[in-house]
Amino acid sequence: MTPRRLHWLALVTVLAGHPALAADAAGGLQAGPGEDIVAVACGACHTVDYIRMNSRFLTPDVWKAEVTKMRTAFGAPIDEDAAATILAYLAAHYAAPAKP
Amino acid sequence: MNRRDLLTGAAATALATRAAQAADLPWLSSQLPDGTRAEAGLATLPGKRPLIRLADRPPNYETQVQAFQDAITPNDQFFIRYHLAKIPDRAALQDWSLAIGGDAAGKPVTLTLDDLAALPQTEVVAVCQCSGNRRGLFQPHVPGVQWGYGAMGCATWRGPRLRDVLATAGVGPETTEVWLNGADGPVMQATPDFRKSLPLAKAMADETIIATRMNDAPLPLENGFPARVVVPGWTSTYWMKHITQIDLSSKPLANFWMQKAYRVPAGMFPVELPFATQNDPATWPITEIVVNAVIAEPVDGDHVTRSGFTVRGVAWDRGHGIRRVEVSLDAGATWRNALLGRDFGPFAFRTFSFATGGLMAGSCAVMARAVSNTGETQAATLKFNPAGYHNNVPQQAMVTVV
Repeated sequence: MTPRRLHWLALVTVLAGHPALAADAAGGLQAGPGEDIVAVACGACHTVDYIRMNSRFLTPDVWKAEVTKMRTAFGAPIDEDAAATILAYLAAHYAAPAKP
Repeated sequence: MNRRDLLTGAAATALATRAAQAADLPWLSSQLPDGTRAEAGLATLPGKRPLIRLADRPPNYETQVQAFQDAITPNDQFFIRYHLAKIPDRAALQDWSLAIGGDAAGKPVTLTLDDLAALPQTEVVAVCQCSGNRRGLFQPHVPGVQWGYGAMGCATWRGPRLRDVLATAGVGPETTEVWLNGADGPVMQATPDFRKSLPLAKAMADETIIATRMNDAPLPLENGFPARVVVPGWTSTYWMKHITQIDLSSKPLANFWMQKAYRVPAGMFPVELPFATQNDPATWPITEIVVNAVIAEPVDGDHVTRSGFTVRGVAWDRGHGIRRVEVSLDAGATWRNALLGRDFGPFAFRTFSFATGGLMAGSCAVMARAVSNTGETQAATLKFNPAGYHNNVPQQAMVTVV
């Protein structure tokens, strides 16, 4: 486990008791690798309603543009490792099905 | 604003009663993304009747389409839209004041609610419509809040004219834009605060006011208490809620919310009052509302009898008023004029109704489309733009005649 991952897990633990985040949990994200990182990194500023509502029609490339917008335009403190985890999770669970 | 206020706001949001999901909204448009249809459900915030919850934090709730049978949308059914989640509560707004300054102001002043009340008061009935209303119906879908038909409402707004408020500070000759900021803001310091600007001409227009009353009551917290800017004819991105700071500026406001967000392809949607200081060769800021109509009754999936039914809804435009509304019962093949209701002024919803008379059993595709007093008509096909704005393709409600 890298120090970075420890940092995220610490945030998960701290924020888990927050009432608004508890409400998020009731809505829930699909289970899968990276779910905890997504819940905290995205959930810091907005509920994951935003993710579920925007599914499933964005391609992985458009999801990448959205995550990049959050990092650059909105200043979300998401490092490269976390961004890669988030993108892999979104591509797996909330992206448009690949065209045949 | 302190951390306690923020947490109080978050806790209040969490109080929203989460009802069952799409099952109780069978009429929700089938054009919405599957994820939105699964996500959207009725929820009741304190002081509001059930709205369609799209997101809890920041809160984004739309009005149920059935409310648009009337020209005035009640405060407790008015939609809620925030970009950023740090939202003041009532306690934090108790010592509210409005600072007017900027490099082109004569002298900075700070006004209280009493100061605003002492200025001449104006009333305007005007549609407050989110730029992204109906984004969820875009094909192909585009990212953003996936609004259906209800990110809008029409109210009677009352308060002083913005130009009279600005005059208390003195509008210097260098003024080109009026910059607006409200008490809500970002959770993280690195996130750009939601600030917008108006061109001087629209800020000084007769119809532009700072509303301290909405439908003869104080503004609901989520609709901008205690005062919001009302910019009739323009989409609600300019209608700054909880307005606390106005700057008279010689320069264009250069930030994310003006330069990157709320832009449309240059020339795609013609405007009458250009926002020249914010135009660039490729894109313009979204400003004037396009003509549109919504059907409140019947709704998608309704069963009606062969004796017929009445189509009801509202139509609106950028401020010229509605000349006529046409209704089709055959998916747009033929159209007939609807009856128009009371005229509440050029910026308001105009109600319409159309009695179908007797019908054959089977399915019936009901549509409505409006024409403004300048002859502006709704788009026959979607004018696609990447941010999902200005969708005014005529709505269709499929009903079954039994």
